[in-house]
Amino acid sequence: MAPNSIPTQSSLTAPEIERRLHHILPRVQKPGRYTGGELNQVVKDWDATSLRAALVFPDVYDLGMSNLGVAILYDLLNRQPDMLAERVYAPWPDMDAALRAAGLPLFGLETKHPLQAFDLIGVSLPYETLYTNVLTVLDLGGVPLRAVERGQGDPLVIAGGHAAFNPEPMSDFIDAFVIGEGEDVLLEIARLVLEWKASGGPRPSLLRDLARLRGVYVPSLYRVAYAPDGTPDRIEPAAPEARLPVLKRIVPRLPPPLTRLVVPYIDVTHNRIPVEIQRGCTRGCRFCQAGMITRPVRERPVAEIVDAIEQGLAHTGYEEVGLLSLSSSDYDEILELVRQVSARFAGRHLNINLPSLRIESFSVELMDLLQGEASRSGFTLAPEAATERMREIINKPVSTEQVLATAREIYRRGWHLIKLYFMIGHPSETLEDVQAIADLSKAVLAEGRAVIGPRASVHVGVSTFIPKPHTPFQWVPCDTLESIRAKQTLLKQQLRGPGLKLSWTQPEETQLEAWLSRGDRRLGAVILEAWRRGARFDAWQEHFNHAAWMQAFEATGLDPAFYTHRERPIDETLPWDVIDAGVHKSFLTEDYLWSLQGRTRVDCRERCFACGILPKFAALRREHPGEGWECPEVRSPARQAAAAAVEAP
Amino acid sequence: MIESERQRCRLHFDKTPAMRFTGHLDLYRALERTIRRAALPLAYSQGFSPHPKLQLAAALPLGFTSRAEIADMWLEQAVDPAHVLTRLQDAAPPGLAFRDASPVPAREPTLQQQVAEAAYDVDLDDPAPLDLETRIVLLLATPELRRQRRGKEYDLRPLLISLELARPGRLRMQLSAREGATGRPEAVLEALGLDPLAARVERTALIFAPSTPETVTA
Repeated sequence: MAPNSIPTQSSLTAPEIERRLHHILPRVQKPGRYTGGELNQVVKDWDATSLRAALVFPDVYDLGMSNLGVAILYDLLNRQPDMLAERVYAPWPDMDAALRAAGLPLFGLETKHPLQAFDLIGVSLPYETLYTNVLTVLDLGGVPLRAVERGQGDPLVIAGGHAAFNPEPMSDFIDAFVIGEGEDVLLEIARLVLEWKASGGPRPSLLRDLARLRGVYVPSLYRVAYAPDGTPDRIEPAAPEARLPVLKRIVPRLPPPLTRLVVPYIDVTHNRIPVEIQRGCTRGCRFCQAGMITRPVRERPVAEIVDAIEQGLAHTGYEEVGLLSLSSSDYDEILELVRQVSARFAGRHLNINLPSLRIESFSVELMDLLQGEASRSGFTLAPEAATERMREIINKPVSTEQVLATAREIYRRGWHLIKLYFMIGHPSETLEDVQAIADLSKAVLAEGRAVIGPRASVHVGVSTFIPKPHTPFQWVPCDTLESIRAKQTLLKQQLRGPGLKLSWTQPEETQLEAWLSRGDRRLGAVILEAWRRGARFDAWQEHFNHAAWMQAFEATGLDPAFYTHRERPIDETLPWDVIDAGVHKSFLTEDYLWSLQGRTRVDCRERCFACGILPKFAALRREHPGEGWECPEVRSPARQAAAAAVEAP
Repeated sequence: MIESERQRCRLHFDKTPAMRFTGHLDLYRALERTIRRAALPLAYSQGFSPHPKLQLAAALPLGFTSRAEIADMWLEQAVDPAHVLTRLQDAAPPGLAFRDASPVPAREPTLQQQVAEAAYDVDLDDPAPLDLETRIVLLLATPELRRQRRGKEYDLRPLLISLELARPGRLRMQLSAREGATGRPEAVLEALGLDPLAARVERTALIFAPSTPETVTA
C-alpha cells in the first residue's frame, strides 16, 4: 500500500467520521480496536475545553492499551479542568488501508476528532522499532510529517519515553522531546501551548519557550556539524534558550498509582492492574539502558501499593495484578509487601505477578507466598549469560550453582515450566560462552526431570545485545549478522528435544533496532525513506521489511555499518551527548573500562559509585527529604559540592 | 461451599452499540469483570485453573447488538435480586445495560439447552432493493436452502422460522437457536442477495423451549 495514495480528509467533522466508520469497521480485523467507549474512558466536551491533546502509542491498540505511561499521562491531563486527552493507536495495516480507501483521517478514540484537530500530540516512544508507525499515525491524521513543514494551524508534536534518550533519529518529525519522566513537565508544556494558542504568537516563539523548560529538547534549536569521517563533530545550540546538555526530568517521589484504568472490551496483551512498586534500579547491569536512565531508585510505600490494588480492583474488575519494577527483589520491604498482598487478596481469584526477581531461592518463596493456590504457569529467570566471565563483563554476577539451586526449588514448589532469558552478541563473547547457554539450559531441565520427571520443561529466550545509548556499552560495536547466525545455529542445534523450547530474535530485526537506537539526526531521512518504501510495524516479524530499510540506506547514501559495527572511540562525540541522563559520562567510561577488566560493581545501595544522580538532582532531593530515594544520604552541601567538582567530566 | 447453598441468578441485559464489536468470549470477560466490580460473591469452579460460574444463553456474533441477552451466574451466597440488579447497573461498562436479575432454580438445565429460537431486527445501511418483498416470499417458498459454513454444507431453510419486512429498510426474522442447529441472520441476508456487512443486526428476543417435566423442580 502506498502512503498518500488517497489523501485523508482531516477536515471531516467528528460525527461524520463516526458515521463513515460504521461502514468500515465490520470489514476489518478486531474492529473493537477502533471504537473507544470503554469503561473509565474520559470523554470531555470538545468545544468547551481549551487544550486538546492526543496521546499516541504508535503500535496497535492491543499493545498500546497495556502501556502504563500513556495511561498515567491520560489521567493527568484529563484531571485538568481546561484540558482533555484522547487516545490514538496505530491502526493495523488492514485498517490503515480501509481508512485511506474511505478518505477518513485517523482520529481520537474518545470523540472521533481527526488528529490534526488537536492542539498537542504526545507520542510515546518506549522502543525504537515504533518509529515508522509514528509517521503512519501523523500521515493518517493529516499532520505534516516533518516538523519544518508544520505551520501555525498545526498541532505541536512532542515525544517521550526511553527511546527519546537518543532523540536524534526522530528529530526531523518531532517538535520537542520530553527527556525523562513526563509527569511534571507535560503539564508545563500543555500550559505553554495554551498560552501560545490564546496569544496567537508565532510557532518559533513557542518552540523557544518550550526549550526553556527543564527536560525539554527542541531539536530544531541545535546545530550539528559533522567531521569528514562522518562522526558528529560539534553539537551546539542555535538559540539562547537551548540548553546543552538537556538534563532529564524526574519526579522526586512517585505520585499515588493510577487505579481508574481504561478497561478494554477486547482482549489485549496485558489485562491487568499495573502497579509500579519502584522506579529505577541499583543493580548496574551494563547492557541495561533502563537501569541507567531511570535512576535514582524511588520506592512506593507498601500501604500505598496495597491500597492501589484494592482501588484498582474496584474500578476495573481485573483478575490480574502486575507489581512492576526493574528488580522486584531489591524493593526494601518485598517480603512485607508480598505478605500483605497475599493475606489481603487471598480467595479473590486474583493472579498476582511479581516479575524481575533475582535468581535465588528467596524469590521462589516470595512467589509461592504470593500465588498461593493459583495456577502456576511459568517461572522466569534471567541469568543473561552462562559463563562467569561474561557475567562479570555485563555486571550480572550470579553463579551457575545458584541458577541450578533456584531451578530445583522452583520445580519442587509446583512449577513445571522455567523460562530462561539469555543475551548473545556482546563483542567479548565466544562460541564457548554460547555453548554454555545451551549447557546451562539443559542442566536446568535436568534439575526439573529429577524433581518432577518428564513434565518439566524449559523455554529459553535468547535476545541479541544492542549497545544502547547512555550505558557503559555505548561505545562497543554490535555483533555481525554472520556471527549472530552462527551463535543462533549452535543454540538451535543444541536446544531441541522434549521439554525444551527455544526462541530468538531475527538478526535483521536486532540490526534495525540498533541503527535506530544509535543513529544521529541524519537517520531521519532513512526512516522517512523506509516508510515510503513500505516499512510498517517493524517490531512485528510478519510486517518487518528488511529490504525497505536497506534500500532506504542506499537511497540516502548512509552506511548502516557506520552506526552499528564500529567501536567508537571514548572521546568521540556521540549523537546523544546532547542529552544528560543524570549519569556522568565519566562514570559510564569507567564502568566500560572495568567491564574490559572483568571488574564488577556491587549493588549501589551497598556502596555509592558516584554515578552522578546525587549531585545533579541534589536540589530536588533537598526539597523532598526522606522520600524513599535509595541512594545514600548526602551529608552536607559543602561535601556535595566537592564531590560534584571531583566528578565533573 | 456446597452446591445447594449457591444462588443461581438469571440476568437479562442489553448489549448496546458501545459493545457492538466485542465478541462472545470478550463479552463473557466483560460480564465477569462487571460482577467483580459489583462486589457480588461470584462462584468459581474448583481445580487448577478456576473459572467463574457464569453461562451465556447464546453467542451473539461480533457486530450485533442485543436487547435480549440472558446469562446465569452462580453466587456463593444468596443476595437480594434487587440489590444484585442495582450493583450490576452501577458497575456496568457503557456497552452493557442490565434490565433484570432474578433467582432461578439451581437444577434447571443450562441456558444453552433451554434456548430454542432467537429473533432479530435487521436495519439495512443502504436503501433496500425494490423487489425485497418478492425475494422474501420466494425465499420462504423454497423448500431447501443449501449454505456453506466453515466448509460444511447445511440447510438454512428449516432454521428460518419467520422472515418479514417490518418496515422499509428493516427486516424482522426468527431463527432456530438450538445447540447444533443455529440459524444465522447473515446467512439469511446472503440468501436474500444482501450484503451482511452493510446492515445493523439487533437481537430482540431469545425464546425458550416449552419446559420439559424435569426442568420443573422448583
